[in-house]
Amino acid sequence: MKTTRRKFLQLTGVAVGAGLLMGPKSTYGAIAKKDNSQHYAMLNDTTRCNGCQACERACADKNCFPLPEAKPEIGSPRSSGTEVLTVVNAHSTKNKGIVFAKTQCMHCDQPACVSACLVNAMYKTDEGPVIWREDKCMGCRYCMIACPYDVPKFEYGSLNPKIRKCIMCYDRLTEGQMPACAEACPQEAILFGKRRELLDIARKRIYDRPTEYVRHIYGEHEVGGTNMLYLAGVPFEQLGFRTDLGTTPYPEYTKTFLYSVPLALLLAPAFMLGLRHATKGKGDKD
Amino acid sequence: MNTTDTSTPAYRRVGQDLWEFLREELKPKGKLLTPFNLISGPIILLGLVLIILRFTKGLGATTNLSQEFPWGIWIGFDVVTGVAFAAGAYIVTFMVYVLRMDKYHSIVRATVLNGFLAYVFYAGALTLDLGRPWKIINPIIGNSFGVSSVLFLVAWHFLLYMMAQFIEFSPAVAEWLGLKKLRKILGSLTVGAVIFGICLSMLHQSGLGALFLLAPAKIHPLWYTEYIPVLFIVSSVFAGMSIVIIEGTISHRAFSHLISTKNHAEHMDIMVGLSRLAAAALFVYFFMKILVLVHSMQFHLLMTPMGYLYLVEVIGFVVLPFLIFVTGAKNRNRKLLLSGAIISAVGIILNRLNVSVIAFKWYAPGHYVPSWIEIVITLAVVFGEIWAFRWVANRMPVFSESPRWVKTLDDEVKQTLPAGAVVQPVKK
Repeated sequence: MKTTRRKFLQLTGVAVGAGLLMGPKSTYGAIAKKDNSQHYAMLNDTTRCNGCQACERACADKNCFPLPEAKPEIGSPRSSGTEVLTVVNAHSTKNKGIVFAKTQCMHCDQPACVSACLVNAMYKTDEGPVIWREDKCMGCRYCMIACPYDVPKFEYGSLNPKIRKCIMCYDRLTEGQMPACAEACPQEAILFGKRRELLDIARKRIYDRPTEYVRHIYGEHEVGGTNMLYLAGVPFEQLGFRTDLGTTPYPEYTKTFLYSVPLALLLAPAFMLGLRHATKGKGDKD
Repeated sequence: MNTTDTSTPAYRRVGQDLWEFLREELKPKGKLLTPFNLISGPIILLGLVLIILRFTKGLGATTNLSQEFPWGIWIGFDVVTGVAFAAGAYIVTFMVYVLRMDKYHSIVRATVLNGFLAYVFYAGALTLDLGRPWKIINPIIGNSFGVSSVLFLVAWHFLLYMMAQFIEFSPAVAEWLGLKKLRKILGSLTVGAVIFGICLSMLHQSGLGALFLLAPAKIHPLWYTEYIPVLFIVSSVFAGMSIVIIEGTISHRAFSHLISTKNHAEHMDIMVGLSRLAAAALFVYFFMKILVLVHSMQFHLLMTPMGYLYLVEVIGFVVLPFLIFVTGAKNRNRKLLLSGAIISAVGIILNRLNVSVIAFKWYAPGHYVPSWIEIVITLAVVFGEIWAFRWVANRMPVFSESPRWVKTLDDEVKQTLPAGAVVQPVKK
């Protein structure tokens, strides 16, 4: 009996150690409690956008990509790609005619891509933008599976492929400049600022002109809140937005599973050693 | 080699030169021009060429992966299905070492070897799919632990489980090489490795399912459920059993000359026992599938094209093999058991591909279909695993009995204590 107990304790110790080592605690605590009201954010007012593509050109310019050739056209929506981080699409709506909407990374408050990344290559910065770090990424593309907006794009043609996505011009932000697209917009359809202030502005616009806007700020609650906020004059489904994503932050979907891991590593070895002891016959080795 | 005992290959004798022995063992054994070799050989060669092409031309030129479909059959079949197929190892070791069901002792080595090689080859195929494979070490070494990622957990468990399985199999290597002292040490590690390995297996079998929990809006609602991890672990039981039955039936013929008369006689009993377990797992799995469907209130989806696929999967590849296993076990019919195993294995392929590839973005136009290069490389990986298995089984004590000195070694360990006593570390 003596040794059994000792072995049991040893293995339990190993299991506890492993549990603590692999437990998901710290990350979740950090992500969930962070105050996001001071995050950098952008407010896209689709009622103001006229589809001039100045934002697209500024983005291409800043990232040294080729300038966009195609124009926003109804019925042929374009999607972002490895050399196009933002696109403006035209949508025909029921009551407001043609409406333009810009798409890019939504910079979620609790990003699916970040919780998917096993090497912290996708990274939610303290300032709000979600960035990609080349030195860490191993190219598994799990972020692309996870992202509800299909934002990360992978350079399949390259032998040193990178993940491309809008990083809210994080490099410009650190130099005190605003993102290239927000700076370029002649219509002031893209506002750059702190998330809380932008939410106030958005609410005020809806309050002041209730006939022009639907009472919905896209991104306020979607997938737990995003740093890209949208205003629109028509329901967002008509502008090609996914409205079936819910308000649950994506990391929540795997949280239960990850929490059960330390528990399983703790209890299963003890249970199995117990079983092995219980099934011991006379001539059996321990 | 004319030895008195024709049923065992010639292991290294004490005092025989190790390098000379290894050089002798590297030579092929048995006929080269068999139908199986004639098919698998060229595919493996072609696969190797195509792997070189993949690393020199990139993923875009060799696969049909796209921005819409970042994961194809190299993940959906090689990794997600391959790992389910390797589940036999943790179940059989659980039965033999934890529950002490000695009946299954004779298939432990073959099953563990198969499991280990499956991980090496199938999980190894993962490196083909990585866009930046030179960074593969990142999740292992410090500074970039993505601990909130299920994939992080899966990666670590793959690595640790491969080691555990190697430790479980290593006594056979030591016996082959005639290394008595090493065999004694490695033999004493088995139980620890087994228990550790079972924990790891349970977590990453379910973990592979949990990967897809992050795609709630992209996987068809008939397959997306918060219970994917539970469904994956339960289905891994009959996936593993089916492969053990298929492998066992083939090995029973292919390695017939290596198997002792006693183990020959017991083979049918083992197959029946495994089939009963597979049937039980299939029943539990079916019950859970129904529970999930009822719970989600999505009966209306059954009458859509994806719904028909779901019904084919659940009725044709869960209920049907269940019935075949039950009948086959009752009548002790070898052919029935084998066909049950094959059908449920195909069902596992279908299920894993459904979750990871087919039902993924089922709504998108221009759905992913694998390129011929992806298929050939996948086949090469499967055949490569079978070749490696055959190479080892023909040389090491997998089906054949261990060399006689092992018996004395085991008795020695037992004799240091009275029967029923607990093993103390041997002190000298």
